[in-house]
Amino acid sequence: MSNETNRRDFLGYSFAAVAAVGGAASLVGMKQAWDPLPSVLAGGFTDVELSGLKAGNPVTVEWRGKPIFLLKKTAAMGEAPRDLIIGSDRFTVAIGLCTHLGCIPAWKKDKWKCACHGGEFDANATQTFGPPPRPLDLPPFSVKGTSITLGEEGPEFKKIAAAMMA
Amino acid sequence: MAKFEKANSVGEWLDQRLNTTTFNKVMMTEYWIPKDINFLWAMGVLLATTFGILIISGIFLMMYYKPDIGLAFDSVNYTIMQEVAFGWLFRHMHGVAASVIFLIIYIHMFTGIYYGSYKQGREMIWISGMLLFMTFSAAGFSGYMLPWGQMSYWAAMVITNLFGGVPVIGDALVVWIRGDFNVADATLTRFFMLHVFLLPVTIMGIIGLHFYTLRIPHVNNQSSEEFDFDEEAEKYLAGNKKESKVIPFWPVFISKDLAVLGIFLIFYFYLVFFHYNFAMDPVNFDPADNMVTPAHIYPEWYFLWSYEVLRGFFFDIAGFKAFDIGLIAFAFANGIFLVLPWLDRDPAILPAHQRPLFFIWFWVLLADLIVLTVYGKLPPTGTNAWVGFFAAVAFIVIFLVLPIVTKIDAKRRGSL
Repeated sequence: MSNETNRRDFLGYSFAAVAAVGGAASLVGMKQAWDPLPSVLAGGFTDVELSGLKAGNPVTVEWRGKPIFLLKKTAAMGEAPRDLIIGSDRFTVAIGLCTHLGCIPAWKKDKWKCACHGGEFDANATQTFGPPPRPLDLPPFSVKGTSITLGEEGPEFKKIAAAMMA
Repeated sequence: MAKFEKANSVGEWLDQRLNTTTFNKVMMTEYWIPKDINFLWAMGVLLATTFGILIISGIFLMMYYKPDIGLAFDSVNYTIMQEVAFGWLFRHMHGVAASVIFLIIYIHMFTGIYYGSYKQGREMIWISGMLLFMTFSAAGFSGYMLPWGQMSYWAAMVITNLFGGVPVIGDALVVWIRGDFNVADATLTRFFMLHVFLLPVTIMGIIGLHFYTLRIPHVNNQSSEEFDFDEEAEKYLAGNKKESKVIPFWPVFISKDLAVLGIFLIFYFYLVFFHYNFAMDPVNFDPADNMVTPAHIYPEWYFLWSYEVLRGFFFDIAGFKAFDIGLIAFAFANGIFLVLPWLDRDPAILPAHQRPLFFIWFWVLLADLIVLTVYGKLPPTGTNAWVGFFAAVAFIVIFLVLPIVTKIDAKRRGSL
């Protein structure tokens, strides 16, 4: 401190220091009060049996409050790097929320169409029209026989996620 | 301590302690308003009154409303609508006032734009007014979530997802705002807090600021004539009321305001009693369902123009994602009005009909906003998507050409 700093300045600076520490601590606390609660973070795991799916007819299941699209692909839908292959069947697994602003697209014949802003996704969950910036997201899952557990990161998930990044 | 004499009346007693006579003069009887104004200058009082109606009806709704995803829908649609005496009236008053207040805000804004009441010393009036528009928008959105119907839910989903467009922290920010991975109970309760406490208190503060910003530059008038308010006030006080260009806020100016207010309130209560349905979307009478998006979702009419700017960009352009372009355009649409005083490069304050190019600009802007509003409600497919795209592009161009338009006007007049 310079020689010209008097006692009142010193008092002012000490208060500023106390206020800055307290203010920063309060902001951290207030930020964390708005974070998802532990019970929300611990959210569940969902098991789904895939053997009953009919090719070309996607089903929607709920996982952590979000819709998950499960589509058994027909031969005409071709192959894609994100296919989940179980036996001779190919599946598309995707979080059913439009990657634009989160509406649930509806299945229309051979693609998902979003009513909100007109986005479209093909059977591989790839965006083909409108504002969605990326394909439908891939939820974490693990495979046990012909069923999958949503919420667990299994080796099949990691392989597909890596293939999608490429 | 100041010396106090014995007071002869309650008024005098208060005057000694609070200086009520001076306060009254400064705020009311010697607060000078120009004479040369029309009914469009009454919108401020209409807005203050409508805000009062929102507060009072809101208080009554809050006594029965339950901010919990299991209880919210029934607390509104059963308890308030069917059980509470006049609960239906308070709900319809609240819903209709929330809608109508935006109509008056838009009239208020466009009056300001038309008469050039946002520039050359009046910038703070304009900025505080735009801050009010933004906080009212936030209050409208957070309130729309509370009945927890399908429109409430999916509007909340779409609007919270907009924050996902923020670079780097977007996804985490969305989860933080919601307090969950989805729009959920935590989201409803915190938006309830924002709607009934933080936003109204903020709005009241900004209303105070908005009134304060008027004091030094004073209210504009129909011909944008500049005159010395003190001089004109002296004339008025000396008895030359006819000659003076000003009138006191109370009781002269307010008497005309209250007449306009009377007409407005008849219109408002006509809507409340006979046409409340325009503020009650049928889709919102289905309880919120996180597994089904309604076939077609759209915001309330007052957000349609900016919503259409957002979704107008439905294809990638030059490597930029449609999502990002839409979001940037949306941010532009919501922020650009704030800097209007600096986009207008004409140094003179004049009504639009004395600024030839600006006059055209004004009506083109209004027409574009109407097109955006109409198409914002239609499904975004086929021709609609293209009309939306061109109207959204037009909106941006309209603001980009404003500095040029106003400069040409000023040059032709010889002001520049």
